Amino acid sequence: MANTVDLRDWQEPPRGENTYQKITDAVTRVVERTRPPKAWYIAFGISLVWLSILLCCIGYLFWMGIGIWGNNNPVAWGWPIVNFVFWVGIGHAGTLISAVLYLFRQNWRTAINRAAEAMTIFAVICAVMFPGIHVGRPWLPYWMLPIPNQMDMWPQFRSPLAWDIFAVSTYFTVSLMFWFMGLIPDLASVRDRATSKTRRFLYGFFSLGWRGSARHWHRYEKAYQILAALSTPLVLSVHSVVSFDFATSQLPGWHTTIFPPYFVAGAIFSGFAMVVTLLVPAREFFGLKTLVKVEHIELMNKVILATGTLVGYAYGMEFFIAWYSGSQYEGFAFINRAFGPYAWAYWTMISCNVISPQLYWFKKIRTNMVLSVIIGVFVNVGMWFERFVITCSSLNRDFLPSSWGYFTPTPFDFLTFMGSFGLFFTMFLLFCRYLPQVAASEVKGVHAAQHHAAH
Amino acid sequence: MSQEKESQTSGTPVPGVYALLAEYHDPDSLIAAAKKVRDKGYQRWDCYSPFPVHGIDPAMGIKRTRLPWITLCLGLTGTTTAFTVQWWTNAVDYKWTVSGKPLWSFAANVPIGFELSVLFAAITTFLSMLLLNGLPRLSSPLDHVKRFLRASDDKFFIVIESADPKFDEKATRTLLDETHADAVEAVPTDDHLSSDRIPSGIIYTILIAIAVSLIPFGLFASARNSLTTNPPYNIVSNMDYQAKYKAQRKNDFFKSSDSRAMRMPVEGTVAVGDLRDDAHFYEGKDASGAFARTFPSAFTVDDAAIARGQERFGIYCTPCHGQTGDGDGMVHRHAFALQEGTWVKPTNIADPKIADKSVGELFNTISNGIRNMPGYARQVPPADRWAIILYVRALQKSQAEFVASATEPTK
Repeated sequence: MANTVDLRDWQEPPRGENTYQKITDAVTRVVERTRPPKAWYIAFGISLVWLSILLCCIGYLFWMGIGIWGNNNPVAWGWPIVNFVFWVGIGHAGTLISAVLYLFRQNWRTAINRAAEAMTIFAVICAVMFPGIHVGRPWLPYWMLPIPNQMDMWPQFRSPLAWDIFAVSTYFTVSLMFWFMGLIPDLASVRDRATSKTRRFLYGFFSLGWRGSARHWHRYEKAYQILAALSTPLVLSVHSVVSFDFATSQLPGWHTTIFPPYFVAGAIFSGFAMVVTLLVPAREFFGLKTLVKVEHIELMNKVILATGTLVGYAYGMEFFIAWYSGSQYEGFAFINRAFGPYAWAYWTMISCNVISPQLYWFKKIRTNMVLSVIIGVFVNVGMWFERFVITCSSLNRDFLPSSWGYFTPTPFDFLTFMGSFGLFFTMFLLFCRYLPQVAASEVKGVHAAQHHAAH
Repeated sequence: MSQEKESQTSGTPVPGVYALLAEYHDPDSLIAAAKKVRDKGYQRWDCYSPFPVHGIDPAMGIKRTRLPWITLCLGLTGTTTAFTVQWWTNAVDYKWTVSGKPLWSFAANVPIGFELSVLFAAITTFLSMLLLNGLPRLSSPLDHVKRFLRASDDKFFIVIESADPKFDEKATRTLLDETHADAVEAVPTDDHLSSDRIPSGIIYTILIAIAVSLIPFGLFASARNSLTTNPPYNIVSNMDYQAKYKAQRKNDFFKSSDSRAMRMPVEGTVAVGDLRDDAHFYEGKDASGAFARTFPSAFTVDDAAIARGQERFGIYCTPCHGQTGDGDGMVHRHAFALQEGTWVKPTNIADPKIADKSVGELFNTISNGIRNMPGYARQVPPADRWAIILYVRALQKSQAEFVASATEPTK
């Protein structure tokens, strides 16, 4: 039977006696096929190469120290923190789609929430890696946790960096549980259709013996609701706390109250762009077009337009406040941002983040899959530059002109950052291959509700 | 079992039969059937569906779960834990003042308080869902019914266990037939079945993984209480011993002098901006060392300089000398009101004795202080001191003019 599944073309419509079975088939046949599409192998090969490069870079970093990067004295944070904020931000769309849209009863989320949640988890793993390897003594990061020790020393809980540890680790744990809980019924579907003993055991083990009892569904749905309700303020708090790393300092360009909402809007913006960038090829290659429809991509593009406009407003408001505050340091920081040594980065950011999403006012562009991916990539480039501009342009001009400097990345900065994409895509491609990419049980529930309403 | 409350009342199970199972093809017929089974008073029964069927809870008589209350309690435990840990570690056990801020403040501890509440609540929600549902339960007699495998795909089932006190194989089957089930089937007990064994490859993998993971612990255990004369391993020696000198370290390159890594500056070294070779401008003295009688050439005398002097005078001088410089400033009035015994009234700067002093001497007084008055060299840069003197001269002149004109005989 495995062979008969294998011979089917990816673009062939899913099989089944009824809609429910067609949904199951569309989702689980990806897991059941012995050979994924060729594009998967190519992408996986490239990802593995970059993952190996990342591991080599980290090994060399641990051997040589932080000096292999371009971090220097005024710009001590450099790319590792830029990459950290970038990846954490990417993750936020997953939680937003799975939790916030769930609470608002946006049924279209069922098509994309699973992949978006997976993206969240993998992005947070990439994010956590960067401060972890940036601490200089990479064998001591456990000092950041309140572990009783012979030195009788505790973390300084009034520091936003300590808040960050708690925020990001809570976020990762909760996202992982939320994702796993959603997977349980679909893993059970794979188990029940399994033809090999190993697959039956493994999927059976991870589905924890889920059989779809109504009494179980009752508690499951309540638990899912609670987790959604907990994740919603959590996702807002996480990027707010990340922004506190900057905002509670006294550096011009960082010390502003607009940072928490501005960071959260930016996170949602970049995260949705990443979901679009990942899902458009995935639905193409894995024959999921019946479930992930053009209208879903269009809705996400609308969110990108809205959050992109918010981010543009925040950029403008930063300049306004810099002038309105009358603080000459604040004013200098922003003039320096737009016309100083990092002007090239600033205007890259503006064109990618403020101008490119405005194209989504046109329905033709919103519903064009190729353009959606291109603009998605542009937005992510822009959002990376946003974090670069915030981090480097504020740090490179110290209060003392004698301490001014310029940040120049080294090849290791590039390789480590590219390598984190290798890590991300390796995990994402394994997810696409071995786990149900769409929440089949939720899609069925939505279908049943619509069917019922039609009667 | 999940049906924790119902499980106390169980009848005699029919040997060899675990349950009767009825299959339906859509949610509506499942709900209709569930209502009939409920009304017959069955207790050990359940419905199975590939997705949560809305309306099944009242149809089966499922009570609301207490899960939210468990979440609330453990979430609040998280809040309490967070605040207790932060307060005890930072304000009690290891007091550490940062920028003179209080050791304990509510606001700074809110973020972690929030995060831990969410963390505790979320873990509780997930684990309680599993525990209340009796999961994980990897094997069940239902797994051996081929038909039932579609419960996770597209079919809907009612299962009535033979352990139910009302269970009667014939009567129950008739009831299920009457609910328009697509099929009704007996589920055998799984005592005699052994098809759910874990595949041997997986067992071996797990065993090998456990064995390998024990090796480091074995090494630790064998090294315990043992003595060694070897130096410790420096796995990352580059980070432990960095090729740089720190302030208090030894540096053999300077063996000829003091072998210290930190060096004194070469004699006569002057920091940028600290040269101060213009004695007139910086000390108020002329070439012969006497107090200068003119303003220095590095200081431009103009209206802007007087305005600057007036502003600086207002900041630094008026508290004691008063707005007009007559010595009746706020500090003086306050000291006078308190009847401070040692207090001497600040000098009236319009006094001819002061007006006769050279600008160089005034500069010296402002810079280094006199009697009760402290020196202002650290707070007021030289150019500003000259500006203040310029303004003081203006005050003296205007007040002398006023006195002269007032005492002039009237025409």
